[in-house]
Amino acid sequence: MATSGSAQVPVEAFSSRVSTAPVTKPAPRHSALVRVTHWITTLCFFALLVSGIELVISHPRFYWGETGNVLTTPLFQLHIPSSRRLVPTGYGYVLPDQNGWSRALHFQTAWVAVLTGLLYAIVGFFTGHFRKDFLPSKAELSWRGFWGALAERLRFRRPSEAEGASYNLMQRLAYLLVIFVLFPLVIWTGLALSPAFDSAFPATVTLLGGRQSARTLHFFVSVALVVFLLVHLMMIALAGFWSRTITMITGRTGTRTEGS
Amino acid sequence: MKKLSRRKLIVSGLAATAGASGLAVAARLAQKYGLVPPDRGGLYGPGATLTYAAQRLLTRHSLAREFSRSQISSRPFPNEIGPPTEDFKRLQAGGFADWRLTVDGMVHEPASFSISELKSYPSRSHITEVVCEEGWSYIAEWIGVPLSHVLNLVGVHPQARYVVYVSAEPDAWDSIDMADALHPQTFLCYGMNGSDLPVPHGGPLRMRLPRQIGYKNLKFINRLTVTDDMKKFGKGRGSAAAEAGYAWYVGI
Repeated sequence: MATSGSAQVPVEAFSSRVSTAPVTKPAPRHSALVRVTHWITTLCFFALLVSGIELVISHPRFYWGETGNVLTTPLFQLHIPSSRRLVPTGYGYVLPDQNGWSRALHFQTAWVAVLTGLLYAIVGFFTGHFRKDFLPSKAELSWRGFWGALAERLRFRRPSEAEGASYNLMQRLAYLLVIFVLFPLVIWTGLALSPAFDSAFPATVTLLGGRQSARTLHFFVSVALVVFLLVHLMMIALAGFWSRTITMITGRTGTRTEGS
Repeated sequence: MKKLSRRKLIVSGLAATAGASGLAVAARLAQKYGLVPPDRGGLYGPGATLTYAAQRLLTRHSLAREFSRSQISSRPFPNEIGPPTEDFKRLQAGGFADWRLTVDGMVHEPASFSISELKSYPSRSHITEVVCEEGWSYIAEWIGVPLSHVLNLVGVHPQARYVVYVSAEPDAWDSIDMADALHPQTFLCYGMNGSDLPVPHGGPLRMRLPRQIGYKNLKFINRLTVTDDMKKFGKGRGSAAAEAGYAWYVGI
């Protein structure tokens, strides 16, 4: 009797622990919209990056102002070989021309990326995704809070379980920067490179200081986006690459796999 | 449960039908209003079509940016041209006096013009930027006769949709839609920065359309053909460049 009674206690404790878990299905860590648009954007990012690098290879020189070509002085030049014979690179060979498919892939992907981004932004506004998930609280928004959060990130510690349920200040600021500054800028500077678009909306390019300035800015913003991607991947690796990746696919936090 | 899934099935079936017929209607409308480019097929056809349709809707009548005389590039980069053919060398030796631009196809009076005849028509100029798909650019003053003037002289049939233009360079040909052909900045260009168009820049005659990327501005033009169907030319993709994997419409 006594032994069976004592055996009963842990079972009850266990079952009571289970019953405190919400009976209704818990809200996913990431909504379906966030997950779908995240992975479409991931594919677009790589297609735009590969085709963008390929296009730079045809003229790895950058200028400032309205015009620039191999007869003028560049602002800077990437020390890589080129796919055009008349570009002075210092290399004794010319790479094959890949601009046909690169341009087609770049623009087709840009359409998918921009439409996906628009859907995400519009739905994000109406569901309060940006306000709830990304907008830092008043308490967080102080220099002390900022430096504290930055120092915390720079220790490169594996984040605690609780941190996986929400975003820290650095994440919030980084995502806000990418979504509301870098993405709009890369679209703007890209559109400015279209002479047809500029004919209808000349301010698109004149506000940037001219066509070659727009091209150089497009390159810099793209570099900033690649830096974000690298930090993003590093942080995911730190938190547990597969568990976080599975969370972004299924929406569920994989607490059992987190420890392994 | 069964009822719900049946309702779901009906709703999604209706949505799919509406979506498919919506797409079909959009495709018909796009075709009717000239929003579908000749190179709509293939892996990158959807992107090429979206870009062409969007830019046609936004930019049908807009004018390319023009610059001041002080912004003209002191060293315009002409890019590479192929070695001249024997025919071209002979014409060049004669100062291009025998260069002819023939105009045929869907026109009332097929004709051919010498450079001096083209120069006798009201000349126009604009200071615009040449923009290469590789990324570089320069500004020059371009002098010529608007393509629309020559098309009016020969009388274009109302059902015409494209103007095909052919270069003296082997296998170099391209085409534009009527919106670009009749655009006031589209020139048959014979002069540059106050003098005759230099050969490296396409002299004696090049197509100049400043709202499209450089490679659309074909050099050494000697033939125009007006048509209603690009399928009759080459592989039907609208240009030699499109057959080599480059877009037919290059507003970007």
